[in-house]
Amino acid sequence: MSTINADRPADALRAGDRQADQERAESKPLGGIAGWLDDRTGAAKGMSFVLKKVFPDHWSFMLGEIAMYSMIICLLTGAFLTFWFVPSASPVVYDGSYIPLQGVTVSDAYRSTLDISFDIRGGLLIRQIHHWAALVFCVAILVHMGRVFFTGAFRKPREINWVIGSILSMLAIVEGFAGYSLPDDLLSGTGLRAAEGFMRSIPIIGSYVSYFVFGGAFPGEAIIPRLYAVHVLLLPAILVGLFTAHILLVFLHKHTQYPGPGKTNNNVVGFPMMPVYIAKAGGFFFIVFGVIALISALVTINPIWGYGPYDPSPVTAGSQPDWYMGFADGALRLLPGFLEFTAFGYTFSFNVMIGAILLIPIMYTLIGVYPFFEAWVTGDKREHHLLDRPRNNPTRTGIGVAAMTFYIVLFFASGNDLMAIKLHLSINDLTRLFQLLIFVGPPLAFWITKRICLSLQRADRQKVLHGRETGVIWRYPDGRFEEIHAPLTPQERWVLVQHESPEPLVITAETDANGVESPIARKERLRAKLSHFYFKDRVAPPTPSELEAAHHHGDHGVETHEPEAIEAGGAPARETIKADRQN
Amino acid sequence: MNDNETTAHGESGALAPAGGDGALETRSTTELDRFENPGLPPHVHRAADDDPKAAKRAEKQVATLFGLSMLSTLVFLVGYFAIHDDWVFFFPGLGQAKTLNVVLGLSLGFALFFIGIGAVHWAKTLMSDEEVVEERHPLGSSEVERAKAVKVVTDGGESAQINRRPLLKYSLGGALGLFALPFVLQVAGSLGPGNVEELKETLWDPKYNDGKPIRLFRDPERTPIKLSDVTLGSVFHVMPETMEKVYEEGKHVLEQKAKAAVILIRLNPDDIKVQKAKDWGVDGTVAYSKICTHVGCAVGLYEQQTHHLLCPCHQSTFDLTEDCAVIFGPAKRALPQLKITVDDEGYLVAPQGFKEPVGPSFWERAR
Ligand code: HEM
Ligand code: FES
Repeated sequence: MSTINADRPADALRAGDRQADQERAESKPLGGIAGWLDDRTGAAKGMSFVLKKVFPDHWSFMLGEIAMYSMIICLLTGAFLTFWFVPSASPVVYDGSYIPLQGVTVSDAYRSTLDISFDIRGGLLIRQIHHWAALVFCVAILVHMGRVFFTGAFRKPREINWVIGSILSMLAIVEGFAGYSLPDDLLSGTGLRAAEGFMRSIPIIGSYVSYFVFGGAFPGEAIIPRLYAVHVLLLPAILVGLFTAHILLVFLHKHTQYPGPGKTNNNVVGFPMMPVYIAKAGGFFFIVFGVIALISALVTINPIWGYGPYDPSPVTAGSQPDWYMGFADGALRLLPGFLEFTAFGYTFSFNVMIGAILLIPIMYTLIGVYPFFEAWVTGDKREHHLLDRPRNNPTRTGIGVAAMTFYIVLFFASGNDLMAIKLHLSINDLTRLFQLLIFVGPPLAFWITKRICLSLQRADRQKVLHGRETGVIWRYPDGRFEEIHAPLTPQERWVLVQHESPEPLVITAETDANGVESPIARKERLRAKLSHFYFKDRVAPPTPSELEAAHHHGDHGVETHEPEAIEAGGAPARETIKADRQN
Repeated sequence: MNDNETTAHGESGALAPAGGDGALETRSTTELDRFENPGLPPHVHRAADDDPKAAKRAEKQVATLFGLSMLSTLVFLVGYFAIHDDWVFFFPGLGQAKTLNVVLGLSLGFALFFIGIGAVHWAKTLMSDEEVVEERHPLGSSEVERAKAVKVVTDGGESAQINRRPLLKYSLGGALGLFALPFVLQVAGSLGPGNVEELKETLWDPKYNDGKPIRLFRDPERTPIKLSDVTLGSVFHVMPETMEKVYEEGKHVLEQKAKAAVILIRLNPDDIKVQKAKDWGVDGTVAYSKICTHVGCAVGLYEQQTHHLLCPCHQSTFDLTEDCAVIFGPAKRALPQLKITVDDEGYLVAPQGFKEPVGPSFWERAR
């Protein structure tokens, strides 16, 4: 990003602010408990550092906060649930207050979940909040990832945090699946049944993996307590650990900011932690928690009493996993059966393995390495603290939308049966359509997105060079009508012109000193090709001289809206209206 | 440009930006012709910054929001004790709802929500909204500091003599590498029995019935089925007679059910196009494993007109007239057929068990 020296008049005005803060802080001695603590920890130094940290403000920065808060809500409500939930598959006869199931033999896990729902005051609410918070968590993580991707916030020095975030996002899915399986109702048991089938599809060790995980034949009595340990101890510990690292790195790097007047690659413009962010972010926690509680009050989720206890033989029509598993389920529905075959007497089930075992790790590996890939293609080794407007990096934005399209097609494929019923379509046709879309959709989305980005950039250029449309129409003596364009202020203009528009890299030395084609050049040729792919279509940001040229007749020094013929020079024909001269 | 920058864009290896014959000067010249950052716009004061009345109003609003939160908490406390467990009411648009859950949820929700809204409103109206500028500094350590760190490490190694005494290096490596093995072995060896041959067996094998044919029992009624009970087009969910012993012992009930579930259907014999399928049935009455060959859900949605069996999990469709071959969906293999006959008393029996493993595929399946 092109940045600017810090000493501008506006900044100078502010220079005193922070110093004043410091003096004020020094004026009040630290006493009482706080003083006692500081004597023993020296925490005051860190405190003032943390509390004075500046955070830029933007709605899209709240997405990560939603993820953080919903995870905390899961931790809180999950701890409550452990007081009553019994992670055991031993059979018991249900004798609680839900009449339709009285006398039925169920697992202790299912019984205790029914008890939480019916016999513990407010227990149902806690269950509902836990489940809704888990769903919100998974949505928020994905949307947050999208924000980071499309604004290029993953670039140096934040690649590590991108990788941590990708792992968090993957573990969130696993954590959710483990929790979903705990109540041992018909739906969750069916999910485990399928999971067992997934494990079996792994070549060579699949059957053993299944036996190890389930402690013998499916379902066995081991899986519920094992998943419980994973769900309440192992994964939460990893999630909290990674999340802590994630937040510490955000502090260390200081938050990125969107480009704008006064914002440079070398500063952070925003509000201090104390008091503004404590109030805003702290308040936001209560808002998220409150909204999730309101949803949980009104919309029932996972009414396990309606599904009944798990039994491998009854049919569960319309069985659907939680939404975050949808894409993997969709992949399983789209993979054709012919991918299973027998060779050398052994069975290869790629129809299952690709979607159930490989998809998630491959997807997250691709996500995790993207920053390194892009940095290699662009050869850009600088730190980036100013965000990209998505339109200013059309190829990256296109790749992101293509990936989203892939995900969304899989997601909708997992609802093919519901869609077929609701829309009165043949499920076979729908599935074939999705099979086609999974290949055609992403490239198409890429192309369309890239075109849109380029058009938006062109529109930005127009706006800079010819001003903003005012809605005022002038009629000229010769009868023509023309809309009046008002010039942009330097502040308005800056957002549209601040970005870089890199040119593709080209090979300069294909051969080494002896004239032999070097192996390096071959690798570099790939890089040049990719760079071409990224940057061949570019709309350069307008420069001051272009703006000058755009209203060359401003030289007269007089503002007139009188139409004149324009000289050529590649300028568009509409260029009759002058903008005010800036700079 | 950026202070932190070490390498300019594209300056790496043998590549250079196009149009500049490998020189970066092209970039720098365009760099000169750039707009200048105009700096922060002037700060605009809010009403509450200058007008004490507006500030007072904002204070009252925030306090009201906090008050509403307290009120909601009170409702929660009263509701917790006052609302009867089995009260339900009808909520327009959402249907029947448990009163306790709705009242507790709404009151808790509003109690939290109003705290949040109050705090944010406070921040927006009364706390300083003057932007603060903080400078960034390059993250990497200086060369001197890096060199210091390297020196600490090399000095430490030197003092430990690790480079001079390779024997120590390699034996330590070996010990550290090996000590993980007991843990791996313990987990791998003890997680579960590895008798995967079980995957190929079901309770339909006559060996579980002293070699005698096994009767088909209704599930969950657990009564034997007479051929005459099976009318054209009817569907029975079936378990083997041998399950009775399992129920009695109360052990591995679900494990056995998960493999033995069978679906029994009577078709018009002429509709069955495969001779083996006809032979293994009785008068068009045929029995098939109900465990999907994809990943194992219970297949049990039967379409009478088309004679299709549909799996609810991923919509694999099996054609009963074609020996349950897959005609659509992600499953590859047909559902295994269970051969049935009629015994002396007119009950349906399975004389030979399944001839292939049921359920999802696995590596050793065809062995
Ligand atoms: C951080 C992410 C977490 C996610 C995404 C998550 C997700 C879930 C889900 C979807 C369920 C099924 C709930 C239902 O509908 O009944 C569940 C159940 C459960 N979770 Fe979590 N959970 C998380 C963290 C925790 C933690 C930290 C604990 C405990 C310390 C916990 C304890 C439990 C218990 C005991 C159950 C079973 C009780 C029941 O189903 O009612 N969870 N979890
Ligand atoms: S389990 Fe039957 S289609 Fe997947």
